[in-house]
Amino acid sequence: MLNVSGLACSRGERRLFADVGFSLAAGEWLHVQGENGSGKTSLMRLVVGLSPADAGEIVWRGEQTPSQEFRRDLIYLGHHAAVKEDLTPLENLRLAAALDGVDLSESDALAALIRLGLRGREELPVRVLSAGQKRRVLLARLLTRPAHLWVLDEAFNALDVAAVKLLGDLIAGHLESGGLAILTSHQPLPVPGGKALVL
Amino acid sequence: MSAFLATVKRDLLLALRRKSEVLTAVFFFVIVTSLFPLGIGPEAVLLKKIAPGILWVAALLATLLGLPRLFATDHVDGTLEQMALSPSPLGLLVAGKILAHWLLCGLPLVLLAPILGLQFDLDASALGILTLALLLGTPLLSLIGSIGAALTLGVRGGGVLLALLVLPLYIPALIFGAGAVEAHIAGLDASGHLSLLAAMLALAVFFAPWATTAALRIALE
Repeated sequence: MLNVSGLACSRGERRLFADVGFSLAAGEWLHVQGENGSGKTSLMRLVVGLSPADAGEIVWRGEQTPSQEFRRDLIYLGHHAAVKEDLTPLENLRLAAALDGVDLSESDALAALIRLGLRGREELPVRVLSAGQKRRVLLARLLTRPAHLWVLDEAFNALDVAAVKLLGDLIAGHLESGGLAILTSHQPLPVPGGKALVL
Repeated sequence: MSAFLATVKRDLLLALRRKSEVLTAVFFFVIVTSLFPLGIGPEAVLLKKIAPGILWVAALLATLLGLPRLFATDHVDGTLEQMALSPSPLGLLVAGKILAHWLLCGLPLVLLAPILGLQFDLDASALGILTLALLLGTPLLSLIGSIGAALTLGVRGGGVLLALLVLPLYIPALIFGAGAVEAHIAGLDASGHLSLLAAMLALAVFFAPWATTAALRIALE
């Protein structure tokens, strides 16, 4: 479903990587590995279409990206918290869904937050939550927005043992239902199988 | 369309949680326009003559105050990235943000202008023209400003650069906006000035969200 070939990226004068390619079918996931500064995040940003590649192409369901269909099928969670500090987790989740054109009911949003262990925190401003809890608010988006391709950059950072297991289960469930995932992490990931790509 | 309304709602809600940031621009407008009559003294003829220019310059600077924050906070916390990757067109979301900026930084100025204009001894019909000119002009200021805000996003010292970039582009709005009121006070017809303002607004509504979106995509790279 996802075919990436001949991807190259440079930052200023420095060539980060060249001729990177991989393909993922339904149910497969890719573990992007590499040292700090080797271009893992840059690769992720190229794949999702945030930055243009120097060379190469990314094909999703036989179509060149970025396209609106691709964005509809995609969830990208990067390094940023990507939640508004002044809003509550519930508002964050519902407004993020509304911006994507999805009408998320309050009970569905609440269910997602409870699943991620934020029961009793849903009405507090995000600013008073801990780093791990903020991360959980963001991860709740995986439950509220159906998407085929999950691109998660260092998603396991700042999470406690229980949350790491929970996210591992979520990804495994996503793959079982025919989804695709691209993950970066320095730790071994609690997800079975997976292709490896070393930058 | 629902994504557009959701963006407006989101930005209004965020502003509600941070009232001081919005009120700064409004207070600035009120204070600056009130200082001139106090400083110049009760010279009705002079005040009436300078009123349109002062009210417009103050509105222009007040709008500028809120501009750096238009995209900066969303850029820093990564929500702008999510917007760029959203299935909804980014241009639509950007248009929503611009509308929210006008509702917060422009509309209060329009509503306050007739009251503040009283300090300059403007009569009722002149106040009406002033309000109408600001109603057409302040959305124009928000639209043009959004292009500048997007272009200077993530640039160190972007606030100063933004002012340098945007203020020259505000000059036509200033000339025709203040000109409308001046013409009316001088007993001439103000409709020409107002039509030109409306034409510029129509043009900006069409092009500014598009240009802003292009600039944001570059800033996100």
